[in-house]
Amino acid sequence: MKLEKIVAELDLKVLAGAAQLEREAQGCYIADLLSCVMAGAQPGQLWFTLQTHLNIIAIASMLEVAAIVVTEEAPIAPATVERAAAEGVVLLSSSEPTYETVAKLIRANY
Amino acid sequence: MAAIRAYQADLHIHTVLSACAEVEMIPPLIVAEALSQGLYLIAITDHNATANAAAVMEAARGTGLTVLPGMEFQTQEEVDLLCIFGSLAPALIWQPEVSAHLLPLQNDPELFGPQFVVDAEGDFVREELSFYQGPAQIPLEEAARTVRALGGLAIPAHITRPAKGLLGVLGLWPSALHVDAAEVSPNLSPLEARQRFSSLADIPLITNSDAHWLDTIGQIRTIFFLAAPTITELRRALNGVEGRYFRIS
Repeated sequence: MKLEKIVAELDLKVLAGAAQLEREAQGCYIADLLSCVMAGAQPGQLWFTLQTHLNIIAIASMLEVAAIVVTEEAPIAPATVERAAAEGVVLLSSSEPTYETVAKLIRANY
Repeated sequence: MAAIRAYQADLHIHTVLSACAEVEMIPPLIVAEALSQGLYLIAITDHNATANAAAVMEAARGTGLTVLPGMEFQTQEEVDLLCIFGSLAPALIWQPEVSAHLLPLQNDPELFGPQFVVDAEGDFVREELSFYQGPAQIPLEEAARTVRALGGLAIPAHITRPAKGLLGVLGLWPSALHVDAAEVSPNLSPLEARQRFSSLADIPLITNSDAHWLDTIGQIRTIFFLAAPTITELRRALNGVEGRYFRIS
């Protein structure tokens, strides 16, 4: 599914990477421990997390995930958003908790 | 110049102010155990709290054991950071900063254990109800910067542990993080740690016991070669300058 459609279906805020929403995403990975994410997430997946440390951008870029979705509107420092923009990482934000956000995704036949 | 001598050190010791520590972790017993283990330098590092450090310093007076006040601070990202100070004054500036950013919860002694402030004899002074077991909303880099600006040492604790260890939580060494050293577990040698994580190449790696009960004090330690057991000398040894150095046991 295109990120564009995911943003619309899940009512996400686009914090960085607005120009890359044509990108296709497939599959999900959900974790906040970045060592687990490095070991488990796959290229092209949507990664759901509450972790907002700057390192999420380096890891998303390294793993080539389709986008990071920060849930529960966890506060994100401007430096993290700027780095995402600089690295071409799509950074999205959901106002809902992870479960509700992912449930919507499933209902949208992702 | 003062002669440089070996100081057996354990810079990560909890007291009864840490909910997860045993009730035996009171100042006179900690000092007695440290001395019997041949330690000359320890740091008191309770979770997000410093209130028992002065009592341990007092209990050690005249014994030859130097006690530095410190804290095992849990950052916003849930990374444990040892903050070690040369005296109480900077610790007393750091504590309210931490307290102001704790989660607005109360400790449940039934669930986590009680958090006791005690005097130098180990007698009860008060129970603290702040939620010291959780993170304080201060980012890692900012906490390290503040502690170092106060003249303290910032040392991420047990960095390879999945829970609350820097590399477990954050996966990579953050590029904007400046610290004085990192604490590794003894089952991962500095050489292995640096092979696994190349970002550790320039970071001094030390080991400590993380003692929560008496008989682990000093079981894991670092030996510092210093002219005096002070924070300035420790910093020199970590940087390997002016003839000061360290090695892990």
